[in-house]
Amino acid sequence: MTALFLLTRYFSASVRGQLQYPGSTILLAAGQFFTTIIDIVAAWALFARFGPVQGWTFGDIAMFFGMISVSFAIADFLSRGFDMFGAHFIKTGDFDRVLLRPRSAALQLIGYDFRLARIGRLAQGLIVIGLATASLSLEWDAAKVGLALWTIVGGVALFVGLMVFQATLAFWTVESLEVMNVLTYGGVQAAQFPLSLYAGWFRNLLIFIVPLGCVAYFPVLAILDKPDPLGAPAWLLPLTPAAGLIFLAVSFLAWRFGVSKYTSTGS
Amino acid sequence: MPDAIRPYAAAFAARFQLMLQYRAAAVAGFATQCWWGGIKVMVYAAFFANAAPGETPITLSQVITYTWLAQALLVLSPWSGDPEISQAVRTGAIGYERLRPIDTYNWWYVRAAAWMTARALPRALLMLAVAGVAFPLLGLEAWSWRPPADALAFALFALSMVLVVLVSSAFVMLLNISAVVTLDERGINTLVASLLIAFSGNLLPLALYPDWMQTFLLIQPFASFLDIPFRIYFGGLTGWGAAAGLALQAFWTVVMIVIGRAWMVRVMARLQMQGG
Repeated sequence: MTALFLLTRYFSASVRGQLQYPGSTILLAAGQFFTTIIDIVAAWALFARFGPVQGWTFGDIAMFFGMISVSFAIADFLSRGFDMFGAHFIKTGDFDRVLLRPRSAALQLIGYDFRLARIGRLAQGLIVIGLATASLSLEWDAAKVGLALWTIVGGVALFVGLMVFQATLAFWTVESLEVMNVLTYGGVQAAQFPLSLYAGWFRNLLIFIVPLGCVAYFPVLAILDKPDPLGAPAWLLPLTPAAGLIFLAVSFLAWRFGVSKYTSTGS
Repeated sequence: MPDAIRPYAAAFAARFQLMLQYRAAAVAGFATQCWWGGIKVMVYAAFFANAAPGETPITLSQVITYTWLAQALLVLSPWSGDPEISQAVRTGAIGYERLRPIDTYNWWYVRAAAWMTARALPRALLMLAVAGVAFPLLGLEAWSWRPPADALAFALFALSMVLVVLVSSAFVMLLNISAVVTLDERGINTLVASLLIAFSGNLLPLALYPDWMQTFLLIQPFASFLDIPFRIYFGGLTGWGAAAGLALQAFWTVVMIVIGRAWMVRVMARLQMQGG
């Protein structure tokens, strides 16, 4: 219970801090909204010119696109401390202080900062899901809503797991590794389109190594009531988001190993 | 070298050499651009598989070449103002800039040009080595960065790229001056980034947007940062078309420099120093 209480305190402190500069927060959120919603314009232009591709329509793509955006926005909101871990904690030696406090390091890092500007990407995701719903005339029943929420849980877990891995690497590299952006921001980019468009090796990477396909492609197929052109059995599709939770668990194992090997850079 | 130019040439050389030192950043940027480029190429290939040859305004191999070029030269677009200048505005160090016995506009302009070209050069060479040389050798010919249409296209492309540096630097200057006015450059930078992504060709080769938008897309200034030189490269703009493209780039360069200079005079006349 104290953990939850602490998180709410962290949360309100962070939000109140950002609301001291409402103009800046609103501008940043609007900026996030526009820079991320532009990608759907490209998909729209391509469909306008070429028509449906491999049986996918614009509405299908918008659903993949919206779901992954919502997942990433929430994960990014929760894991800022891990994202900035190298630069803000390792390099400065501040992680020593975190370790001295009688609460878990992971809890403190989650509470480090909650960026309100992520609302921009969240709004974009929700609007694009709305667009997909309208374009496909999709009926949302309780089962589909539940599946969508479960998909988002898996997606958030996966992206938080990636941030935790990125932070873990900083125990050895000191700097935050920009290369990890390939898997976070680049992962969003990759998951916006159905896996069947990609080459086989890339598809396998996105299913078995970094299971982005399991938190976007497969469960969204179930929401759309489409069979998988790649041949995954229908009963499996709604179960796949669990891969995100497994990924998160593995990332925390790696994190604990990293913490045990930590030597301070401070003096 | 005439005395009037010497300080600017020195500023260019110093900044250029400094920016070349950030090798880890270049490698990280390169990895990201490979990932992005790879995804785009696969998506384009899937869409083009739908269309009969000759039905599309540009061919798949042209789109692929365009994609690698765009990824290679990503940092040559004016994504943001010069971070050192917005920093100087907030700390008050901008006062030193005003004390130098040289023209501040030219000084910043030259620094912006060096900043962008030095960051672009290693990334472009890496991308060329991978997508242009290694891919064909590995049998990935269909996915590779192809050579320019012909020697003339290459010469015009080179000229057009010089104009890209000039027009991008002129635009960075507008962002620099707006940072001086607003003190916080982040809002304007994200807004500009959205426009750049949509209208420069970064998101999608402009030729693939709907046909009714084409005239507008070619004339608007963002095409000068990316789309015009790339069209020249693969032979999409030739003869008078290429000449018109180059003229448009030159036109926007002049317009942005004239606006930037006039604006700078006004802003600097009432500059308030921050810090203490």
